[in-house]
Amino acid sequence: MLYFTRWRALGIILTALIVCLCAVPNFFPEAQVKTWPAWAQRRLVLGLDLQGGSYLLLEVDANYVKKERLDQIRDDVRRTLRDAKIGFTGGVTVRNDAAEVRITKESDVQPALAKLRELSQPLGGLMGSSGQRDLEVADAGGGVIRLSIPQAAMLDRMRKTIEQSIQIVERRVNELGTVEPVIQRQGNDRILVQVPGLQDPTRLKELLGKTAKMEFRMVDTSVPPDQAQQGRLPPESELLMSASPPPVPYVVKKQVLVAGGDLTDAQASFDQRTGEPVVSFKFNTSGARKFSQATTENVGLPFAIVLDNKVISAPVIREPITGGQGQISGNFTVQSANDLAILLRAGALPAPLTVVEERTVGPGLGQDSIEKGELAAYVGSILVVVFMLLTYRLFGVFANIAVTINVAMIFGLLSLLNATLTLPGIAGIVLTVGIAVDSNVLIYERIREELRGGRNAISAIDAGFKRALATILDSNITTFIAAAVLFYIGTGPVRGFAVTLGIGIITTVFTAFTLTRLIVAWWVRWKRPQSVPI
Amino acid sequence: MTHTVLIGLGILIAILTVVAALGLLPSLRIVPDNTHFDFTRFRRISFPISAALSIVAITLFFTHGLNLGIDFKGGTLLEVKAKSGTADIAAMRTTLDALGLGEVQLQQFGGPENVLIRVAEQPGGDAAQQAALQKLRGALGDSVDIQRTEVLGPRVAGELLAYGMVGLMLAIVSILIYLWFRFEWQFALGAMIANVHDIVLTIGFMSISQVDFDLTSIAALLTILGYSLNDTVVIYDRIREMLRRYKKMPMPQLLNESINSTLSRSIITHFTVTLALLALLLFGGHAIHSFTAVMMFGVVLVGTYTSIFIAAPILIYLGVGEHREDAPDTATPAKKNKA
Repeated sequence: MLYFTRWRALGIILTALIVCLCAVPNFFPEAQVKTWPAWAQRRLVLGLDLQGGSYLLLEVDANYVKKERLDQIRDDVRRTLRDAKIGFTGGVTVRNDAAEVRITKESDVQPALAKLRELSQPLGGLMGSSGQRDLEVADAGGGVIRLSIPQAAMLDRMRKTIEQSIQIVERRVNELGTVEPVIQRQGNDRILVQVPGLQDPTRLKELLGKTAKMEFRMVDTSVPPDQAQQGRLPPESELLMSASPPPVPYVVKKQVLVAGGDLTDAQASFDQRTGEPVVSFKFNTSGARKFSQATTENVGLPFAIVLDNKVISAPVIREPITGGQGQISGNFTVQSANDLAILLRAGALPAPLTVVEERTVGPGLGQDSIEKGELAAYVGSILVVVFMLLTYRLFGVFANIAVTINVAMIFGLLSLLNATLTLPGIAGIVLTVGIAVDSNVLIYERIREELRGGRNAISAIDAGFKRALATILDSNITTFIAAAVLFYIGTGPVRGFAVTLGIGIITTVFTAFTLTRLIVAWWVRWKRPQSVPI
Repeated sequence: MTHTVLIGLGILIAILTVVAALGLLPSLRIVPDNTHFDFTRFRRISFPISAALSIVAITLFFTHGLNLGIDFKGGTLLEVKAKSGTADIAAMRTTLDALGLGEVQLQQFGGPENVLIRVAEQPGGDAAQQAALQKLRGALGDSVDIQRTEVLGPRVAGELLAYGMVGLMLAIVSILIYLWFRFEWQFALGAMIANVHDIVLTIGFMSISQVDFDLTSIAALLTILGYSLNDTVVIYDRIREMLRRYKKMPMPQLLNESINSTLSRSIITHFTVTLALLALLLFGGHAIHSFTAVMMFGVVLVGTYTSIFIAAPILIYLGVGEHREDAPDTATPAKKNKA
């Protein structure tokens, strides 16, 4: 137990030293560290509770995604049956997660099934080989055909929706000019957005809360809006409200002339004549062609610029717009023109997002937490160190050296892992100091016992280490299991606690098995003690 | 100010270290050598006490309940700091009550300028919580700095609670499995009983003190679990060792010897953990105050008591050591223990 080969001793010291050195970048300003080679740049990341910032958990509306898909299926069914000249009664109904259609003639059911089955596509991606399809077409009896979305197809659709949404969210967040935002997928239907340093996420939430589905559609002038409100609405049109208060109704055709996906650029600017804020935009080639065609055909008629089913403005087409450029005016302020430009540039979200969890910490509170955490850490460590000196004297010095290296190694490992330090995480470190000495206490108490049992100094030290180390391993593994579970279930600050606790246990076991033993072994070799001052 | 104190303490440590290294300090024995307390005999008292306390804790849990924090209940929490230096809670209450958001709780938090505002979950799903936050922000206006905001929708809160509970169970079961591998099954079962006992009592404490029960409380509970077991395992290790070495020693005596020989370590370790927790409790700030308070109760008060008075003696009832050859398993305390 007390014999180390030279190479082993060297290995232990080098390991400890290297791990400790990993903590070094934390002591230099960030700007300076950035100029270092990449392998030396790893450092602790302060959690949002310490540096301040916003944490938003967004949820993609799964019902919306499902409804969109079912609406699409309904349109497909109608078109397919009409093209095949198969008669159906009562239209296509969407209910209970499925679309249903009643075929008029009994003899048409089989051909209709065959035609509708063509709508079903094999699922792509990783699940492509599983033979699953994105649509289930079944004969529900009594001439009714039922089209439902299988579970796997729905999951696949959600996955794609989330992936697209993350891209759009990333673009929108980046437009705010924030530093190092983190955007991650969480679970099946959520997106986590963390923005360090953001004090008031109101504007961010406004930007993320809009799907920004932009459409250019014709205004239906065949019916005045007030009559349409009383129910005389043509089937190919719908009633939309204006975006700016007071709400004014518009009758707008459902057919979309050009959609937001055809925009290549959007910028906030000022109208040259009136001086009010406007958003100017550019179409890509296909968008420009469609827009030019539509405006040529409809000179003198109003068209509507629709954003998220609200009419921003409905100007009259004075002349064909062929350049693929235009501007939107609609009672904007500078800020709202800017936001709209951002939204148009970033693109539309495939489904609306809702904020389901929000946590924001101001920088003042964060700084305060750092200071208090540091103070508690210093006081706690000092108390423990003094206590160890008083209890074990020379061996207390050994223990304190080990604990100091232990804490330095914790910081080293945390930096190496780019781990996040939170306030509960600091508490975890303080607590680790409290129990890191436990391994020393176990060893020393065992040595005392062996001495009482009548062994001589060296044999007592040897037996003390041998017997105590098994116990140290057993007892620390139980705590480590608790920390691992905590890491798995926790988020944010709590996870930070689990990380420091878990790493603290690893370094504690390491120092107990190697460093403490090495220090005592050196002392024994140097002193050849007849008695142990413990 | 604090820096001067810290530097002073640093110098003190340096001096102590030198003195200690030279061997000039007197030896400090917190626990005298060779104690022979009859811990196992206390089981006739400690078991009924623990049972009674557990029943009280469970009753409290069902009558008083836990003060569910925003993590598990949903709703909105704001920590604000009055710019004027002192917060006028009464005026703030009048303003916020007028918003029609149901019950609004205001509480001084830390200094006189800090106020914690809690608004219960609003009916109408996630969007309604966000609307409530907007109203609150608007009503508070410019007279305060908003230091912290937490808004949780009903579903996320429900999920977090379920997650926390599952995590707690998962931890207990995985530790149990580990102990089962390392020891005999009786030990695992004994540790498990001790474990549940700790958690039940700590939940009782949280019910009495009505501290917020949130994610950090789950963290505190899991830490308590870890440390209490840490302690139990140290004693169990010793019991196992003694069982191998002394084949004929009666169980109660063997348990007593095991507890006594690890007593010094138990007390010293708990003292150092207490020192660390005390520092956190006194200087760590109000943000982790309830976290450390719960941990202090669990680790220091319950954990130590449990491993000595519950976890070890319960092995008698679980039949540990019964199948050793010729081992008389009687409850009569050995003479040696009268010391």
